[in-house]
Amino acid sequence: MDGDGERKGEFDGKAAAELVGELRQSFWNGKTRSYDWRTDQLRSLARMLVEKEKDIIDALHEDLGKPEMESFIHEISLAKDGCARTLKELKSWMKPQKVSTSITTFPSSAEIVSEPLGVVLVISAWNYPFLLSLEPVVGAIAAGNAVVLKPSEIAPATSSLLKRLLPGYVDSSSIRVVEGGVPETTALLDQKWDKIIYTGNSKVGRIVMAAAAKHLTPVVLELGGKCPVVVDSKVDLDVATKRIAVGKWGCNNGQACISPDYIITEREFAPKLIEAMKSTLEIFYGKDPMASKDLSRIVNSNHFKRISKLLDSDKVSEKIVHGGQRDEQALKISPTLLLDVPQDSLIMTEEIFGPLLPIITVDDIHQSFDIINSRPKPLAAYLFTKDKKLEEKFVRGVSAGGMSINETVLHITNPGLPFGGVGESGMGAYHGKFSFDTFSHKKAVLRRSFGGEAPARYPPYTPKKSRLLKALVNGDIIGIILALIGWPRA
Amino acid sequence: MGTVEERLGEMREAFRSGKTKCEKWRRSQLMALLALVREEEEGIFSALNRDLGKHRAEAFRDEVGVLIKSINFALSSLKQWMAPKSVKVPLVSFPSSATVVPEPLGVVLLFSSWNFPIGLALEPIIGAFSAGNVVALKPSELAPSSAEFLAEAIPRYLDGAAVKVFLGGPSVGSQLLEQRWDKILFTGSPRVGRVVMAAAAEHLTPVILELGGKCPAIVDSIGSSEQKVAAKRLVAGKWGPCCGQACVGIDYILVERQFASTLIDMLRRTVKSLYGDSRNLSRIVNRQHFMRLEGLLKDPSVSASVENRTDDLAGSPLDSEIMTEEVFGPLLPIITLEKIGDSIAFVRDRPKPLAIYVFSNDEALKKRVVAETSSGSVTFNDTMIQFAVDTLPFGGVGGSGFGRYHGKFSFDAFSHEKAVMRRQFLLDFPSGTLHGTRPSSGSSGTSSTSTTSAFCSS
Repeated sequence: MDGDGERKGEFDGKAAAELVGELRQSFWNGKTRSYDWRTDQLRSLARMLVEKEKDIIDALHEDLGKPEMESFIHEISLAKDGCARTLKELKSWMKPQKVSTSITTFPSSAEIVSEPLGVVLVISAWNYPFLLSLEPVVGAIAAGNAVVLKPSEIAPATSSLLKRLLPGYVDSSSIRVVEGGVPETTALLDQKWDKIIYTGNSKVGRIVMAAAAKHLTPVVLELGGKCPVVVDSKVDLDVATKRIAVGKWGCNNGQACISPDYIITEREFAPKLIEAMKSTLEIFYGKDPMASKDLSRIVNSNHFKRISKLLDSDKVSEKIVHGGQRDEQALKISPTLLLDVPQDSLIMTEEIFGPLLPIITVDDIHQSFDIINSRPKPLAAYLFTKDKKLEEKFVRGVSAGGMSINETVLHITNPGLPFGGVGESGMGAYHGKFSFDTFSHKKAVLRRSFGGEAPARYPPYTPKKSRLLKALVNGDIIGIILALIGWPRA
Repeated sequence: MGTVEERLGEMREAFRSGKTKCEKWRRSQLMALLALVREEEEGIFSALNRDLGKHRAEAFRDEVGVLIKSINFALSSLKQWMAPKSVKVPLVSFPSSATVVPEPLGVVLLFSSWNFPIGLALEPIIGAFSAGNVVALKPSELAPSSAEFLAEAIPRYLDGAAVKVFLGGPSVGSQLLEQRWDKILFTGSPRVGRVVMAAAAEHLTPVILELGGKCPAIVDSIGSSEQKVAAKRLVAGKWGPCCGQACVGIDYILVERQFASTLIDMLRRTVKSLYGDSRNLSRIVNRQHFMRLEGLLKDPSVSASVENRTDDLAGSPLDSEIMTEEVFGPLLPIITLEKIGDSIAFVRDRPKPLAIYVFSNDEALKKRVVAETSSGSVTFNDTMIQFAVDTLPFGGVGGSGFGRYHGKFSFDAFSHEKAVMRRQFLLDFPSGTLHGTRPSSGSSGTSSTSTTSAFCSS
């Protein structure tokens, strides 16, 4: 029986404190700091992703009904990429970064040194339970931290798989998995961490940050929001609907924080858009999408009820123009399109996180920006257009965590781009080097010699010293020379 | 002057108008700030003198001069900072492009502290304006003349709708914290830092906390001429900035037992020569802090070790309050160790400070300090001056805070870095690649190109 309390409900405050204490001791001993330790862990994780591919796919299927293809591409492959890229770049990331210094501190040299924060808590989500667990853990390890991972209990097969697999691949003295629900998470949050990264909803995000505040722990919150898709009339409709469909139903059946949540398009264009979307849906999922094996199911009956409620609202159900089939037993809802639901309806105020796609129409496409900006900032915003001017206005005028133009979701696969929210959609970012940076402390190091004295800094304060100081501050070499030769005469 | 909500509404409107987004506006505000600091120098000196007894030379060196340097740096870098940065894109998703676009967060709240009441109020504004935000400033009420100065001068120079000063004490602070902000930068104590972060959590407002800590100075055995310089820098680093009331000021010294008396001698003499005239010293900010400092000395085990009127305390017991609380005053405990190498463990055993200072020529020791301790910054053979380096981030870690600013870090602190990927409609792959094909088990698609191509093929 390990110290994490094998039976659920036994992981209480005491167990949490012990766990953190153990990991802190490990970190203290310097274990996690060496390049070799870090790369060993990452290589092991990369191996795990290959050796246990089937187990992972099976767990994801059990938890979410996720199609094998999606599991492979979205979770396993991205995680593998993360490991591979980190292994390739880690040495250079770990190097101190030299920075220039000015005449004010001459002679001196300065650099920024990356060091681990210490013991990090990763709280993961249920919709990409594998990826959203592994990716932050990889980042934390790369930066030299000890890590505790708390996978989501709403994806129990993946959670227990991670709990089972990780000890066989990584160093348990510094990397641990704690399973559980609210009580276990609360016990963890009561402890002092050096950083917490949480992926989930904004309600719990607030709880995490409030808990972190007690210990002055910095946090990264990867939350959600309603990701809008603006579809202009100047588009290649076939390609656009395919890319929207892939980002919506092809991503865990709409249960993704970056999935298109709703569409805004011009009134006149809407019928064409709807027809094209219907046709794309048929190509992707056949005439009976409820029978398609290429769609994740709704994760559980709570969420099924939640999404059903969105559809059943007054003035909403009559706006369905496609789909709307439901099967509570199988936890399936078909890809559903709605046209012009009221903007104050629940489906338009809450994050859908499901296979419903409302289409809102405007007279002029430019009005869509105001609609988006009147709402909380989303994690992602999308625009489909051939109009370069519209594109520029969108990029300049709409605030979101990230954006893709003429694409959905893709921006998060580029490791050179930070992945994170803004406003209600979160704070902080990770992926690629941003992961390394977010789990590091960037320490400023300034080296001076005993020469290069500037008596002007010290009392007694004289007018000459004042002049010299002013000149030094302005980086003004002439001023410095003049002050040193006593000009102007005091 | 309206209510907090009314004034906040004005600021939100100003931000919504979009005027802060253009470079011209930002540049004009930075120039106006520069003008304020230059033209109102006398007013600043006078306010600092009333609040803290700060000598004008110290005020220039630590506040006015630093601001001038920072504003000039921002002006010369602004264009570069504002420019979107291109990011490499995997070949398979060609033609596409990826950029990171910095954008303002919106309406930000700044809490400044009383020890550098002008500098710490205006420096974050440089960053906030450079990044295109509007600003609410709540200066510390413990430096009332400076707060009033800011409330009076800022509207005369800067865009009144884009920056507003809120005067008052904790109740005004609480009112402000009830509102929703796009970012909060707080400089002050950990106790209030917790309150700020807890309030921010309700609105999911990201925060930067610039807190304090006990900044140690590790003094190794160095040559006698170097000792002179070191002593000057140590003394100036302790009593120079606001008479020890500085978050990056030296809190205590660590020295090898055999060198302690030499060091103390040197410090004594240097203190006399630099601060013999007490007009060169700032005063303690108020009675409450004065009594707090008196209290530290009153601990009997501490008072026994007072060496000097100028309050060097050799060999203070380690569990006395003076060694557990941040001193923030002109008392300098000196802790002696068997070997100077023991200082590493000593520092590690304590909360992470904002700064560590090391006076040494021993490269091995220096390496160990960087590798084995954690702090906001490490400075070798000098004190305080890292604060003035625009290229170094200024911020804490652990108990000394999180987040950072100064130089470009200020711009970044008040920006959202938005990831933007652009594709075109050309060069698309036939649909069906994503659907209906299953990967063979054990397939290696390990490179990022394969993942992105799988995403791109639609």
